[in-house]
Amino acid sequence: MNNNDMQIPEHELHAYVDGRLDAARRAEVDAWLERHPGAAERLHAYRQQNDMMQALFNPVLKEPIPLGMHPRARPRHFPMPLRYAAMISAMVISGILGWSLRGVEAPQQKPIMAMVNRAALAHVVYTPEVLHPVEVSKEQEAQLVHWLSKRLGNNIRAPHLAGAGYELMGGRLLPGNQGPVAQFMYQDGKGQRLTLYISSKMAGKGEASFRFAQEGKVGVFYWVDEDLGYALSGEIAKPDLLKVANNVYQELNK
Amino acid sequence: MSEMNSSIAEQIPRLRRYARALTGDRNRADDLVQDTLERAWVKQHLWRRGSDLRAWMFSIMHNTFINQVRKSQLPMVEMDDDALEVPVRATQEDGLHMRDLVSALVELPVEYREVVLLVGLEQMSYEEVAQVLGIPLGTVMSRLSRGRERLRTLMGGEAAPMLRRVK
Repeated sequence: MNNNDMQIPEHELHAYVDGRLDAARRAEVDAWLERHPGAAERLHAYRQQNDMMQALFNPVLKEPIPLGMHPRARPRHFPMPLRYAAMISAMVISGILGWSLRGVEAPQQKPIMAMVNRAALAHVVYTPEVLHPVEVSKEQEAQLVHWLSKRLGNNIRAPHLAGAGYELMGGRLLPGNQGPVAQFMYQDGKGQRLTLYISSKMAGKGEASFRFAQEGKVGVFYWVDEDLGYALSGEIAKPDLLKVANNVYQELNK
Repeated sequence: MSEMNSSIAEQIPRLRRYARALTGDRNRADDLVQDTLERAWVKQHLWRRGSDLRAWMFSIMHNTFINQVRKSQLPMVEMDDDALEVPVRATQEDGLHMRDLVSALVELPVEYREVVLLVGLEQMSYEEVAQVLGIPLGTVMSRLSRGRERLRTLMGGEAAPMLRRVK
């Protein structure tokens, strides 16, 4: 208790955020943060910055690399005049290529992957909320579902996942790539939160197979069922998330 | 030679991710990566075999980017000055906050933005960041501290608990 006035140096607080403290020191900082809620909130915001950056920019890693972006594509050891000639012809050729490939190469993300990405972003943004995790809470479930159905132009339902140990908290309307989308949030007894993101106008091929994507810390199971795209996001182990995804699917197809 | 080529090529996805966050613009980012690759190709004899190629490539990108920023005559501010103030934009209450992160990052002074991204997005150690940017470790830590706090303010995180707005 006489440690109350102990100060943690700023650089150690950042090392704490970045997970670079050893276990013993981390525990000390944890204890200190218990007594300093202002600092705890600040560090929480920093950690969230990291998570959001990861969620937002990690998809770039998977984008196809543009044509010509390669060190080998550069002219090599030609004598000077030849080098200029090579540069000019490379410019002309890449110009022609660029023109003829316009619209082809621009790596248009598949709508379903764009949905998965947005679902993961929305998960990262809203699940840490303490005061306003949802826009409309479960007490007004009927109105919530009616409202979201109307806005999405599709009959949607909020599956009940008590069987998987998760309880509905409520939901919200969000801007999607192609209009409004819905997000339902669930929580288990330990406060672990999952979100179910529902997007209409997904050109489904009727194949309701689960697919999995990892977006930073967030795992996402997604599938398409009768024009509706679903993405279940959570920061839990993949098999556990799959169990819940199965539960969602069963509930929706009752 | 081709071994060096493929080693350089392996860095492309990460360079693109960092460039995208750094510039906030897809085309500018890919131009920056291309320029970086060209400079790396020309300077490859300067790379010491066995040293960290990733750090070397990132530091080439850093230099390329800083040169571009200087050339484009955007105001460069010396960061040794504690008094530097960045106007705080009013953040929207609604909409995806992710969008705010992109615009807040772009508003962050370049020196802070680089450190915040190399640590938070690239997950580099503080020592690696110091090496990439060619600055002392202490400077990395103070830029990280100020950058994160500035970002928090830009995103409205600081004001939120005071507002207590109920929808």
